[in-house]
Amino acid sequence: MTPLGSILGFGTETLDMGIIVRNVSKRFPGEKGKGEGLLAVDNASFEVPRGHLVALLGPSGSGKSTILRIIAGLEAPDSGEVMMGGKLVSGRPVHQRGVGFVFQHYALFKHATVERNISFGLEVRKWPRREIMQRVDELLELIQLKGYEDRYPSQLSGGQRQRVALARALAPRPSVLLLDEPFGALDAKVRRNLAVQLRALHKEVHTTTVFVTHDQEEAIEIADEIVVINRGRVEQVGTAAEVYDRPATKFVASFIGNVNVIEATVENGTLFIGPGRLPVGELVDTSRSGEVVALVRPEDIELVEDDATPGIECTLREIRYRGDRYEQELDLAGLAVHMVEDKTRGQTSGRRPGDRLRVRFTRYSLFEAESGHAALRRQLESLGYIE
Amino acid sequence: MRDPGRDVCGGAFAFPVLGDPAPGAPAPGGRAFLRSRGSGGAEKFLIGIVLVWFAVLVLFPLGAMVRGVIDAGFAESLRSLASPIAQHAFWLTLGITVISVVVNTFFGVILALVLARQKFAGKLLLNGVVDLPFSLSPVVAGFMFIILFGPNGWLGKWFEAGGIRVIFALPGMILATIFVTVPFVTREVVPVLQESGTEQEDAARTLGANGWQTFWRITIPSIRWGLGYGVCLTAARALGEFGAVLIVSGSVIGRTQTATSYIHQEFVDFHYAGAYAASLVLAVASFLMLVAMELMRKRVADRME
Repeated sequence: MTPLGSILGFGTETLDMGIIVRNVSKRFPGEKGKGEGLLAVDNASFEVPRGHLVALLGPSGSGKSTILRIIAGLEAPDSGEVMMGGKLVSGRPVHQRGVGFVFQHYALFKHATVERNISFGLEVRKWPRREIMQRVDELLELIQLKGYEDRYPSQLSGGQRQRVALARALAPRPSVLLLDEPFGALDAKVRRNLAVQLRALHKEVHTTTVFVTHDQEEAIEIADEIVVINRGRVEQVGTAAEVYDRPATKFVASFIGNVNVIEATVENGTLFIGPGRLPVGELVDTSRSGEVVALVRPEDIELVEDDATPGIECTLREIRYRGDRYEQELDLAGLAVHMVEDKTRGQTSGRRPGDRLRVRFTRYSLFEAESGHAALRRQLESLGYIE
Repeated sequence: MRDPGRDVCGGAFAFPVLGDPAPGAPAPGGRAFLRSRGSGGAEKFLIGIVLVWFAVLVLFPLGAMVRGVIDAGFAESLRSLASPIAQHAFWLTLGITVISVVVNTFFGVILALVLARQKFAGKLLLNGVVDLPFSLSPVVAGFMFIILFGPNGWLGKWFEAGGIRVIFALPGMILATIFVTVPFVTREVVPVLQESGTEQEDAARTLGANGWQTFWRITIPSIRWGLGYGVCLTAARALGEFGAVLIVSGSVIGRTQTATSYIHQEFVDFHYAGAYAASLVLAVASFLMLVAMELMRKRVADRME
């Protein structure tokens, strides 16, 4: 059996290229005479090491797709530069960049069959007929659509179209593969399946790949590194564990995973939380003081069972069984805080709403409370965290 | 029977054919006016009105024309068609039509691309001006060309000095025909371009196609049916053009007389056989074009979305 890598032709070192995005900004003009338009990308910088699979993760409208299109050359940045394989490509037109691009809605050529869709990139590159046929054959086998050569895109299911789009992008052996919400238009099951397949494919071929997603689970599951983007700005670049466990900004902490947003105060190196100013414990990081915001993940709250260990006094408001875990809502001096406990860990089953408990935070992040606690409190109230 | 719903070419019509939707299926929005299976009296009445109206407007005149040819006698009709004057008129019309179609296809596609894809000052104005030949009387159009290209016209002077005759000659007739058929290709292609968007073209470029390759391999194929429809409309209109061309041509028999003005001539000269026969030829040509268009459309609608 031929190894997948040689089928795709990514093995060759020279074809593999890292990507550097440096200080890229892009503003879309607004309607005539109205405002100053939309700053879609705001001084974004990050690197995609050669052969890595990187996710651009952010909410919709955060500018992540625009960044991807700028890398491909489909949009021109107002400032900043894009490098591939150590070479500046900012001025190079799209068709000379050698990128494979998978569009969100696939953008398959409607008037062309599956075969002609896949062979397009080879035909315009003037590959010999025999090699084109061979390559199309390999790719059809790879995406398991042999026998579908003569179908038109409208005769395929969503998942099949997605695979054809991937095969078409891979056909000319691109040095870089870019995917814009590649699974966004598919239903959950197909989506998961294809995401795992993309990961497997990448493991095999190691081409530099960047994909855009708004789905944090997808990003965490398949990406080597995640570039978190919000309002056109790069908030953090790191592995899934880094952005999850050590979020660099409040946005990252709240966008990725679930998090409790808690108003807190630092006084004399001690952290107090909530309107009731419960003492949490001494701080290792003493760089902050005064009013802050503490972000605590539900799974980073732990029950304290022995009286010797200091803990935060609280009341159990609600407890829900979720199969593999218990979700609990605690009342920390008037503050609603969510805690998730592994089923096997505690003696959760005997607990009832109204029980007095003691908990501690195994990990939390502190951020500045930009507009003070009053604003935060209003925000939390509107979200139902405080009554 | 036409395919219901989708109109590949224009994209403008989305009416289901009467009696086509599932029985009893209410129209979105609750009321099923004119949409449910036509079993009630009101529906039958409406269908009846449509058929009668269609018969009065289209079928009876067509029948009368065929009848005219029969009454005049086939032999006589064929003889008139074979006459050098008729032959010249038809060839002239064909030539003008071909040139108009080629020119309007070329510029029509460019114009459509500009209108659908570009943003620029004055676009709204241009968009309106494209439709001017629709609303302007062909006679007025012809008269404009006389003013402009006549021996004493602004441009006519220069052409005259260069020894080129525009008015009462072929160039003027071609110009007038092109003018009255300007909107067709553009108007059919713009909605198709807008609907298909630029993603397929973007995809082609990322796959290594340059602008030229993208245009020929992606843009043209994706607009081809709208374009084909526009070309057919252009051709049909060019074949049947009378007013504007009559004004600028002077209708000199055997020289600048087109098929339609030949028909007019025969009619006013009481040569009904010639008039009927020539009319029938033009009508059949139009009909064949429509049939061809419908067949293409059907085939495509079956295969693509």
